Amino acid sequence: MTRLATLGLAALLPLAATAQTDPADWDAVLEAADGQTVYWNAWGGSTTTNAFIAWVGDRVAEEYGVTLEHVKLSETADAVSRVLSEKAAGEDDDGAIDLIWINGKNFAAMKENDLLFGPFAESLPNWALVDQTKPVSVDFTIPTDGYESPWAAAQVVFMYDTADLAEPLPDMAAILDWAQANPGRFTYPQPPDFLGSTFLKQALYGVIDNPDVLLEPVNDADYDAVTAPLWDYIDALTPHLWREGRAYPQTGPRQIQLMADDEIDLAISFSPGEASTAIANFQLPDTVRTFVPEGGSIGNASFVAIPYNSGSKEGAMVVADFLLSPEAQARALDPQNLGYGTVLNVSALPAEERALFENIDLGIATLGPDELGPALPEPHPSWMARIEEDWVARYGVAAD
Amino acid sequence: MGWVSRRRVLPALPALTLAVLLVPLGAGLIGTLGPAFGWMPGLAGAQPGLDAFRALLAWPGLPRAVTLSLSTGLAATALSLAIVALVTAAWGGTRVFAALRRLLSPLLSVPHAAAAFGLAFLIAPSGWLMRLASAWATGLERPPDVLIVQDPLGLTLIAGLVVKEVPFLLLMTIAALGQADATRAQTVAQTLGYGRTTGWLKAVFPRVYAQIRLPVYVVLAFSMTVVDVAIILGPNTPPTLSVQILRWMTDPDLSLRLQAAAGAVLQLALVLAALALWRLVEIATARLGRAWVLRGARARLGEPALRGLSVLPAGAAAATVLLGIAILALWSVAGLWSFPKALPDQLSLRSWMRHGPELAEIAARTVTIAGLATLASLILALGCLEAEHRDGLTLRRTGLWLLYLPLLIPQVAFLPGVQTAMLLLGLDGGLFAVTAAHVIFVFPYVFLSLGDPFRAWDTRYATIACTLGARANRVLWRVRLPMLLAPVLTASAVGVAVSVGQYLPTLLVGGGRVPTLTTEAVALASGGDRRAIGVFALAQTAAALVPFALALILPRLLYRNRRGLLHD
Repeated sequence: MTRLATLGLAALLPLAATAQTDPADWDAVLEAADGQTVYWNAWGGSTTTNAFIAWVGDRVAEEYGVTLEHVKLSETADAVSRVLSEKAAGEDDDGAIDLIWINGKNFAAMKENDLLFGPFAESLPNWALVDQTKPVSVDFTIPTDGYESPWAAAQVVFMYDTADLAEPLPDMAAILDWAQANPGRFTYPQPPDFLGSTFLKQALYGVIDNPDVLLEPVNDADYDAVTAPLWDYIDALTPHLWREGRAYPQTGPRQIQLMADDEIDLAISFSPGEASTAIANFQLPDTVRTFVPEGGSIGNASFVAIPYNSGSKEGAMVVADFLLSPEAQARALDPQNLGYGTVLNVSALPAEERALFENIDLGIATLGPDELGPALPEPHPSWMARIEEDWVARYGVAAD
Repeated sequence: MGWVSRRRVLPALPALTLAVLLVPLGAGLIGTLGPAFGWMPGLAGAQPGLDAFRALLAWPGLPRAVTLSLSTGLAATALSLAIVALVTAAWGGTRVFAALRRLLSPLLSVPHAAAAFGLAFLIAPSGWLMRLASAWATGLERPPDVLIVQDPLGLTLIAGLVVKEVPFLLLMTIAALGQADATRAQTVAQTLGYGRTTGWLKAVFPRVYAQIRLPVYVVLAFSMTVVDVAIILGPNTPPTLSVQILRWMTDPDLSLRLQAAAGAVLQLALVLAALALWRLVEIATARLGRAWVLRGARARLGEPALRGLSVLPAGAAAATVLLGIAILALWSVAGLWSFPKALPDQLSLRSWMRHGPELAEIAARTVTIAGLATLASLILALGCLEAEHRDGLTLRRTGLWLLYLPLLIPQVAFLPGVQTAMLLLGLDGGLFAVTAAHVIFVFPYVFLSLGDPFRAWDTRYATIACTLGARANRVLWRVRLPMLLAPVLTASAVGVAVSVGQYLPTLLVGGGRVPTLTTEAVALASGGDRRAIGVFALAQTAAALVPFALALILPRLLYRNRRGLLHD
């Protein structure tokens, strides 16, 4: 019935149906958001993130009258294909998705195909609190242009089990040496899983001379020369991997389970607090610690974006803004909940809100901000695409 | 409504049923064929032509992926059928068989993903069996670095499929036995001096196989194209073709959607080729079998060995699934549980507490969808069968094949097309739409399960009832359905189990807004949190298990004194 009514109104007032509240008029956004239901499509593979999103739902319902439904995805790309099918079918006004947890190539694909609403991010009231030195305006070298709003900062760390591996390994060469001395005790998620691809990029940073080339789109002349040391490295590493590289864990959490089962002693993570959170949840033994390679590790941010055909854009913006609030950011930082890095400039916050962050026990396996080292920028997505493709051809289809 | 209006509805039911199944299927296939040949509105850069197939052929993993799809599908089907045939031949009618059946039938309802996880938790190098061995025998402190789960040949995948398909085929065989006059044929064969197993294989199996042929084809098509089990147990370097199609379908690079569609077309061709191959082997086997029967040899030499051998794999299948579920249950209450401990360091209800409220809501939705889809399917199936009986509107041959198309065509090939079609028609992906989509897959199983017992019902009962003055409807409600209570309940239980296990239809048609136990479990599966997987897989199993318990218990309660109605 509602649908018929909407269609009827749309026929009478074709502009009214597609017009939305101006993000800059925040009071109007709040007013329109009250009573809306926001379907947030977010990866559902982690129980801790699911619990966090449920908490966000409770809070935005209390504060703003927004009902948040978590649509649990096994792949963020499912949401991209959903919006694409809707566009193909002409569903331009009230698609199934109102908010997507997104970054990197999913964002690049949606932005390139005009599937996103915006710009809105810089109109959010809490944008003023964001630390602009973090990678919040550029997503894998693609400018966000306000089409997505950051909510968590991430940086690569390696988790190691001190019961089997006493000292941190300083660089990629040391990781190779250790793997050769301890065959079968290291692996990484199978590319194109994003964490596995991240390992390849981190390895690439560790073996090339001039990383600046990675920030430009890949071109054929460069590619072979630049990646040759990477493939030398992976060729040397693969026979010493878990299962001799004939099989790989499919996701990061599967890799954590391998560590809990004592099948491996070293694993990559894209969240400095993940190990502490996993220890608190019995998912890792309390002997696990983390390190970053010398010279720094890749850092990026998680974002939320709003599809162009969301019927609850105002509600979605309210959720995006709430995610940037000190309350939500501090909760996400606490390893008891999520262990995700904050995108806020904590030192610039008022004392009361700063205390929210300072009182958090980061956990035994989490490095302090000063120990994390510099965050290296994500390479241009075209590098990732080529490297993944190449990895699959070299190692991903050659089992015997 | 009097019987006049009903008489008008009934003859229209077969056509309506075909429409319910085939309209979405056709729309979905068009939605697949279009992109495969480069037609995809909304995607920049898509050009009509064969580019997608060229890209598919250029994928270096294609030969292995195709081989895997064929080898795992054929091996799983042949093994399952052999196990079921041998165990029924060697033990049919005995107490061991009754025990085995009671053990295996409920396992049919265990969702494939849950069974696969159970198997993985058991046999992985860090799995429970190795933990047990480490504690008492090997003394290992760390899991050995050997590739068992996800082996490149897909052996574990085959095992995972067999443990689930054996219960399915066994149940179908048992349903067929009652209609194949098995007991008398077996008695005659044994009177003529044949051993139990040989006699059954010679006299009963040909009749039974004729009745379970379509279920066997369905097992073949399913095993070749299954996604969830293959993700959990199958190889990944490269994966089977259907898993790779799903990966392309869900890749953020939207142009891969075309390659995925081309892969889906190839997958469809592979399934058809495998079915044709199977049919050829059937014909050859029938020739050889007839010669074997005519030779009349009555040697009983192999019999005891065969009896012993046949019960082992069937028992192992049951034990695997049951133990797997027990391990899932243990993980759902485990605190830290490190290798090589055979039991968790501590037990904790934390996982259940954490998921409890959400679980209750999702379970209720799952059961609602399953109940509605099964009820609709049951009404359609009984209507079609009754129309066939009264008006001779048979769905045999081509019509029957059309009914099974949704089971023979890979889900991954036509569901995204269904999604696009629904959007074009302005249908919202709510609970109703998901239920309707489930009917597409539930109905064939219900019909498959119900059709043969229904048709094999002795129509002389109807003649007698008519001579006593009963009209057709009264015959149906008072004679036929009560006599067929056991198969009807079995069909319902199958329907609920099928609905509960649906992943892709729920996710794609529901637009992700209609979470069920299965979509939640599979979403969690990608995260590998064994505790959460344990909770959801157990709940999912329970949702499908209860109807099976009822299907087994109710006829026994109602027909305590009517042995012939139990369809044993």
